[in-house]
Formats: sequence, C-alpha cells, structure tokens
Amino acid sequence: MAAAGAALAPGIENRLLSPPNAGRIRCSSSAVPARGALVVRGAALSEESRKNRSSALKAVAVKGEAPNLTTAKSGHEILLFDALREGLEEEMARDPTVCVIGEDVGHYGGSYKVTKGLAEKFGDLRVLDTPICENSFTGMGIGAAMTGLRTVVEGMNMGFLLLAYNQISNNAGMLHYTSGGQFKIPIVIRGPGGVGKQLGAEHSQRLESYFQSVPGLQMVACSTPYNAKGLMKAAIRSDNPVILYEHVLLYNLKERIPDEEYVLCLEEAELVRPGKDVTILTYSRMRHFVLQAAKTLVERGYDPEIIDIRSLKPFDLFTIGNSIKKTHKVLIVEECMRTGGIGASLRAAIVDNFWDFLDGRPECLSSQDVPTPYAATLEDATVVQPAQIVVKVEQMCQGLV
Amino acid sequence: MARWRQRLLSSACSSSSSSAAAPQALLRLASSALSRQSSSRGFAAAPDDTTPFVVDIPVPYAGHRCDPPEQRVETSAKELVDFFKVMYVMRRMEIAADSLYKAKFIRGFCHLYDGQEAVCVGMEAALTKEDAIITAYRDHCTHIGRGGTVLEVMAELMGRKSGCSLGKGGSMHMYNKEGNFYGGNGIVGAQTALGAGLAFAQKYNKQNAVSLALYGDGAANQGQLFEAMNISALWDLPVIFVCENNHYGMGTAEWRSAKSPEYYKRGDYVPGLKIDGMDVLAVKQGVRFAKEHALTKGPIVLEMDTYRYHGHSMSDPGSTYRTREEISGVRQERDPIERVRKLLLAKEIVTVADLKNLEKQAKAEVDEAVNQAKEGGQPETHELFTHVHVKGLKQLAYGPDRKEVIVPLP
Repeated sequence: MAAAGAALAPGIENRLLSPPNAGRIRCSSSAVPARGALVVRGAALSEESRKNRSSALKAVAVKGEAPNLTTAKSGHEILLFDALREGLEEEMARDPTVCVIGEDVGHYGGSYKVTKGLAEKFGDLRVLDTPICENSFTGMGIGAAMTGLRTVVEGMNMGFLLLAYNQISNNAGMLHYTSGGQFKIPIVIRGPGGVGKQLGAEHSQRLESYFQSVPGLQMVACSTPYNAKGLMKAAIRSDNPVILYEHVLLYNLKERIPDEEYVLCLEEAELVRPGKDVTILTYSRMRHFVLQAAKTLVERGYDPEIIDIRSLKPFDLFTIGNSIKKTHKVLIVEECMRTGGIGASLRAAIVDNFWDFLDGRPECLSSQDVPTPYAATLEDATVVQPAQIVVKVEQMCQGLV
Repeated sequence: MARWRQRLLSSACSSSSSSAAAPQALLRLASSALSRQSSSRGFAAAPDDTTPFVVDIPVPYAGHRCDPPEQRVETSAKELVDFFKVMYVMRRMEIAADSLYKAKFIRGFCHLYDGQEAVCVGMEAALTKEDAIITAYRDHCTHIGRGGTVLEVMAELMGRKSGCSLGKGGSMHMYNKEGNFYGGNGIVGAQTALGAGLAFAQKYNKQNAVSLALYGDGAANQGQLFEAMNISALWDLPVIFVCENNHYGMGTAEWRSAKSPEYYKRGDYVPGLKIDGMDVLAVKQGVRFAKEHALTKGPIVLEMDTYRYHGHSMSDPGSTYRTREEISGVRQERDPIERVRKLLLAKEIVTVADLKNLEKQAKAEVDEAVNQAKEGGQPETHELFTHVHVKGLKQLAYGPDRKEVIVPLP
C-alpha cells in the first residue's frame, strides 16, 4: 500500500493548524472508475488504491468496453453540495414523481444550495417552498409518499426534524408494517447535521443516534461528492424510507466524479484504505479526520484499514466482518455522543457477530455527552480530533488497551 | 354547563329549538311530503326504487366565511335502505367488538364508533373511490365505508392473519389501499398532516378528487392541524378537514379543552361548515358541498356535530364525565339509525317487518364474520420480520433472544 511518507489524501488541511477558513476541507481526486464504465456498483475504492489499478478494476463491477487508460483524466470536478444537486436533478428529470419539499428549497435555491436552480427547471409544485412547520410538511411528504409520489423532504438543519419525530418514526418507519404491507413510503429525508463551526448546541445535533432504533427506517451518511451523488440517487430510487445524513462542514468538499451515471448501493460500506493492523470504522466528517490521522500513522509505520461504513442502518457487517477477521482490532470513530450513538450499536453488533476474531474489546471514539458549546476551544474538545485517533491506534497496536 | 348538555340533546346549532323538536319536525315534514307525492306516484316506493325525491334537513347548517348549502337534499328509497343496512351492520359490529373485548378476544385499545355511523356513511354517499380518506384511531366503521369487510375488521381486532393489516396493525391501524383509505392512525392529530399530503399528491397528479382528513374535537387543538390548514390554504390543496365533534376528548369535555369550541370556525381564513352529524342526509349534503368547494376554491373545515355512546375506548366506562341520562337522551332523540328508520316508515318504503328482516340479516352477517374471524389463525412467527422494509435490504434479523428465529430480511 502507500509507502511511508506518500501523500494519503493530498490537500486535506489540518483544521487545527491552518488559519480558520470557515471549515473548508478540500480533498482532491478520488475514485474514478475506468472509462467506459456505465454503471459502477459495489464498494468504491478511493485514490490510494489507484496505485493497484488492476486489482481495483477487478474489485469494481464494470460494464461496457475495456478501459482506455491512455486518455487524460475523465469526469468532472465538483463540490459536494453540487454533487447532491446533480443526483437530485438527474432523478427528477428521470422520474416525474420525484419532488422536493422543504424550507427555502425553491426560490431561494436551498440554504446550502443543494436545490439551486431546480425550481426554475421543474416548477414550484415539484420544488415546494414550505412555511416553517417541520411536523406538518414532513407529514405531508409522508402522506404524498403513501400515494406513490417520491418525496425528498429537506430539513434545513437535521436538528429541526426533531419536531417531526412522530411523523418520521410512526408514519414513515412503521406504516409499511402496520398496514400489513399495503403502503410503501418511498420518502427520502435529508439535511445537514453534525457539529459545525460554532453553531451552538441546538444546531449541532447528530440525529442518527435518535432515529437508529426506529424500525423500518434506513439510514445512510455521505462523506464525499462521489458517494453523496450515488447515495442520493439510490435513496430516491429505494422504496423504503431513507434518511440521508449530510454534514454542514462537508458541503464544499471538492472531488472529481464520473461523467457517467452511477448509483451506489445503500447498504454497502466503502473501503477507503486497505490495511492490516487495525480496522477503523467511521462515517461522515470523521472519515476525513481519520484519513488525516492515518497520514501520521503511516509515517510512524502503522497500516490502518479504513472503512467508511456509509450505511448506518443496517450496518454492512459483511465488509466490516471481513476486515475484522483480517486485523483483529477495531476502532470506531464517530461524531455521535457516547451514549446511544451509532458507535454504541456498532460495538454491540461487532461483539455479537465477531467476538471470536477480536484480540481486544472494540474501541470507540465519540463526542462527549454534552450539549455542543459555542466557544471554539470547547467545541473542538467536544468532538474527536485526529490527534486522539493517532494516540488510540498506537495504544491499540501496542497492546496498551 | 347545563345549557351545554341541553344543546347536545337538542342538536340545534341555534339555541332556540327545544329538545324534542327534531324528530317530530322530521315526521311532519316527511308525512307532508308523502301526502304531496302520493297523488302523483300512487302507492309508496319500493325499497330498490332509485327515483329521487327531496327531503328537508331539519337542523340548520352554520357557515363560516361561506354560504351554507340548501337545507334539503335529494335521496332515493334505495339509498335510504342502503344507509339503514350499512349503519345497522356497523352498529352491530361495534357492539360485537364490545363483547369480544370483554371476553378478551380483543386486547389493547379498542375505540368504538357507535353513535357516529351517520358521519362515515353520509360521507361515502357524497364521495367516490378516487377520493381519499384518512382518519384517527376510531376507524373500524370508516374502514367498512371504504369497502372493507366486517370479517377483516374482526380478524384484525383479534390479531389474526386474515385481518386487513395481517394482524400486525390492530384496532388503530386499519388500511385499505384499493379503497383509498389511509388509516387508521394512533397519534392524535398526525393524520391531518398526512391528509394534506394526500391532497398534495392529488393536486400534483391533477386528479379531480379530494382528500378528507378526519380528526376529533380533542385533536382540534393540535398545532400540526393548524400547520396543515395553513399549507393547504396557501397552496389550494383539495383537502376537507372534518372534525368529528363528539364533544369529549376522552374524558375532557369540549368546553374544558377549547377556548373556542366552534371547531368549524377554527380554520380562521379557511371557510367552515357545521353539520348535524347524526343526520346522514345532512352529512351527505354537507360533504357534497364541501367537495365542490375543495375542488374549486380550496380547503374547507367541516364540523360534524355527533356523539359516541361508548366511552372513549373500552377501558373508559364513559360515565364518569357525563351522565347516563345524557347518553340515553341522545340515543332517544338523535340516534342516526332511528332517524332513517322513521323516514323509511313514514315514506312507506319498507314495513316494520322488512326492517326487522334487515336487522336480522345484519346481525347474522356480523355473527358469521365474528365466528369466521375466531377460527382464523394467528400470524406465523416469521411474519414478525416481514414488511419492516420493502425490499432490497441485506440484513439478518434475530428473534428477541438473539438465538431463536434468525431470518434474512427479504
């Protein structure tokens, strides 16, 4: 794999060392499937394994002509919010029953520009500006989904969807079951969540921990423009209610994504960096912190295997299990709080299923069980930092935990 | 307070009429109508006669920001007999559910609709199957009105796999996709937002249909109802908000929970209409008017002035917050089935013996359904995991002890 000193993910700035730049993290080029690939499915591989291109090609399902490796880089560079918009636009053009409901999604273009230009293109009825009533417009989206419309409900901030918890839990998650299978709810509920840059406690919620035990819901978290677009398309095409978690600070991530259409699998995890020393499971923004920590770890001679779990419910225990069977050590790095977060559930699932393959207990680095403070230093102390990841991996590999 | 209870018995929107006015007035009108028509038509109409005739509606409508419809409605002999039949079946079904609950065949929550039958039956007379209905948990009779069978209601109540939701929903979760009946919702008020969504989909798909979102006087104070009214009025969604005002939100009377119990006016900018919910013909006329309004001018609120004889649910005796005299008084003065019976007899469409026959048939139908439902089997264990997700999910699901039942979700 990448030798010591090689740039793992060039361009990622250490947020702590660089001057405050409104949380801009840039990640340059990653997975570009071979030219001629029409639809790429399955676990995506990141830039690091382009070095093993032949094995990469074998691992990725490719349709169409044989790859032409002599041409210049294909695809187009895009920011994450734009990748989401592209996915949404393609699905709305393809299927007239797809519509977007949310606050300021239409004329304003979306508070994070994810729906920019869509109202002009598709009209006010398909990109619906709502008043500020999360409970009822989420309910409205669910009611419309019961009749067959594929609604995409945007929460301006995921935390606001707590007001719609009853609708999401009882009517989105459970209705297919309580109606004995009569009604499907093909709804996508999406929005930015997670800890931002000093946004305050109420605007820094991690809703994946609240919704994870609702039966019937499916949850995915995107972390790069490539998987954002693919997951958006997959979520819209799914007949299940899907919650797509985006992160406030990742919207300006830049990456080169394929020109061709692609749809990712909602239930699959992404192998970001193969390794053999320790399995690091992560998702959303923490993926980039883990990659940053991995830079340091590789310099110090460790070989972490990094998996972006992407699917928060259900967990891709197949990919995770294969990794644990190889490394025998697992570290979960998440942004949820310690109590009742995704890490807590993932640890239980790992212990239940892979106990015999573990050398030690599954470790978990999560945010503190506190409301996110406003002050910058306190906020940084609330979430996991790359330095802590480095320390933890070193301890695990040296048998100190 | 005493005045309020008197109003319940008199069923008058204005406080002028006395308690015994309504049925006598009805009889007088009916007999005068009969005498006018008997000369042109000869003998009384047969029970399957579809010739329309006009009946007066005794209790006046009250409009809010709209002109109420006429106080007379067209009906036919066949329609009246059908009303009687289906309302009687619903009444017997709810009474059977009462005894089944006490015999512990039905568990959990069981909210009975007897007394309110005129609302769902009158609604159906003015609607088609393209129109959508969504209601709260008092849904057994609404399910029947939308095309469900008594067997699937009974089986669902007893948790059998032949139930309309395969035994997995229960009393509060009855749905009928072909009949455009969207349930069956347990949480008070949440269905109003769903109803706005149904209307949104109808507008999106350019269907010439309306959605009716039913809720009770208790739910009328929910914030999400007003949110739903706002967005419906804003986007002209073809939704009709129907408040089934049975005057008690579980144990709390309407004057103790609402500052303004005039629920048809609570829409403020949304027009409203108050209807005597115990008169099936008044409901039919009111809903027809509302459907026209919703398709042309936008949402409208209907308040059905109705009454439930049972308590809120089977665990509520229903007599701690109201007197038995009140209940029996309403039953004597305003019972919806008795109204139709008197009209049928006055117009000589059927004889007393005919009605007795119809009642016997209805009882037999319900008893047959109950027996069949009792014989139905419990759902299989693997059904625990079906219908959680639609398809395409690769997930292993475990039984409660993590060992017993391991099922790959389809």
